[in-house]
Amino acid sequence: MDDPYKILGVSNTASQDDIRLAYRNLAKKHHPDLNPGNVASEDRFKSIATANELLSDPIKRGKFDRGEIDAAGQERARQTSYRDFADADPGRRYGPSGFQPGGWSTDDLNDLFGSIFKQDPGSQNETFGNGWDESYVLTVSFLDAANGATKRLTLPDGRVLDVKIPSGTSDGQILRLRNQGTDGGSGGAKGDALIEIHVSPHPLFKRNGQDINLVLPVTLSEIVLGATVDVPTLNGSVHMRIPSNSAVGTKLRLRGRGIPAQNGKESGDLFAVLEVVLGPPDAALEAFLKSWKPEHPIEPRKAMEENS
Amino acid sequence: MISIDVLVTQVSGLQRRDIDFWISQQWVRPDGHAGNYLFQDVDVARVRLIQELRDVMLVNEEALPVVLSLLDQLYDQRRRMRELCDAVSRISSDEMRQKLIRFLSAQSL
Repeated sequence: MDDPYKILGVSNTASQDDIRLAYRNLAKKHHPDLNPGNVASEDRFKSIATANELLSDPIKRGKFDRGEIDAAGQERARQTSYRDFADADPGRRYGPSGFQPGGWSTDDLNDLFGSIFKQDPGSQNETFGNGWDESYVLTVSFLDAANGATKRLTLPDGRVLDVKIPSGTSDGQILRLRNQGTDGGSGGAKGDALIEIHVSPHPLFKRNGQDINLVLPVTLSEIVLGATVDVPTLNGSVHMRIPSNSAVGTKLRLRGRGIPAQNGKESGDLFAVLEVVLGPPDAALEAFLKSWKPEHPIEPRKAMEENS
Repeated sequence: MISIDVLVTQVSGLQRRDIDFWISQQWVRPDGHAGNYLFQDVDVARVRLIQELRDVMLVNEEALPVVLSLLDQLYDQRRRMRELCDAVSRISSDEMRQKLIRFLSAQSL
């Protein structure tokens, strides 16, 4: 048995008030009913309570100080704790909302398994004995996701699933295949296969909701003089007219050439953003620009100077 | 099962009006009815706990319901966890349990 003064962390000249205060602070921290399942805390509190029992009583404390009794001599089994009941069936009497009967409700099961298996709250698998949903990941190309496709997925158990990717599927979307999950036990329904779709990026197209953005490189003469050029879209290239004297960065719209209409969403548009490619150095172009006198000279950085 | 008279003699420092108040607040829920309450072991232990919370840890009666509510939720979760563990140990194979152990210890890394 350790020195009760050390256990409470007080000196042997401490006042009764100091001892009470020390015990109060240690009890708040180590009381076993507030730390159920923490064996270290429980043992610690036993010795704290024993030390307090001895030192909080001035008569016993005096006897101990004079060496008439030892610390262990005062040790007394603590009465049964609340946690002994609360952890077991009798504790149901004090459930969070009144008496809690035994057995798990559908809500309890959903709370637990719903979070583990990412089940939709409205899913069919609400009764015990039904199969579980299984989760898989399937990576598809940008064009397959945009246009829709059927992809073959081989499951770890050897089964082969043909997964229909609807057009307009976005990255991270989860497809549910009914009854393709784990078998339910004893006649329970099968779970579903949940397939998370990863869409690989495309070198040209960037998706923005239902629209597609594309950087369209053009030559200097095409942007100044205008031209009709071929623009790639999700399904083959189409002609597009570039107006003369377009600015770099101009967004030209190809209506209806974005993600196809699906699920009540209208089809999106394709936006081509113009970017000028000068190509290798050109002596004639340089010579022309040196002798070129603009018809309407401009100072493009004037606004910057005024704002800096 | 003990009556309120036995209870106040068994728990030192406990006043009868404390018990009446705690029952009126539903912090303690004995069997029977006013004038003839019967306390089970769990009720007695809970009375001791409330007394310790109030007198030793200085949780005043304003804060007590918050503390009790959190404790009740904690013990509810612990009972459920125990039931779940019982169910797992009863219906799972050795292999499944080993897998669970491996999986859970890997998660904590």
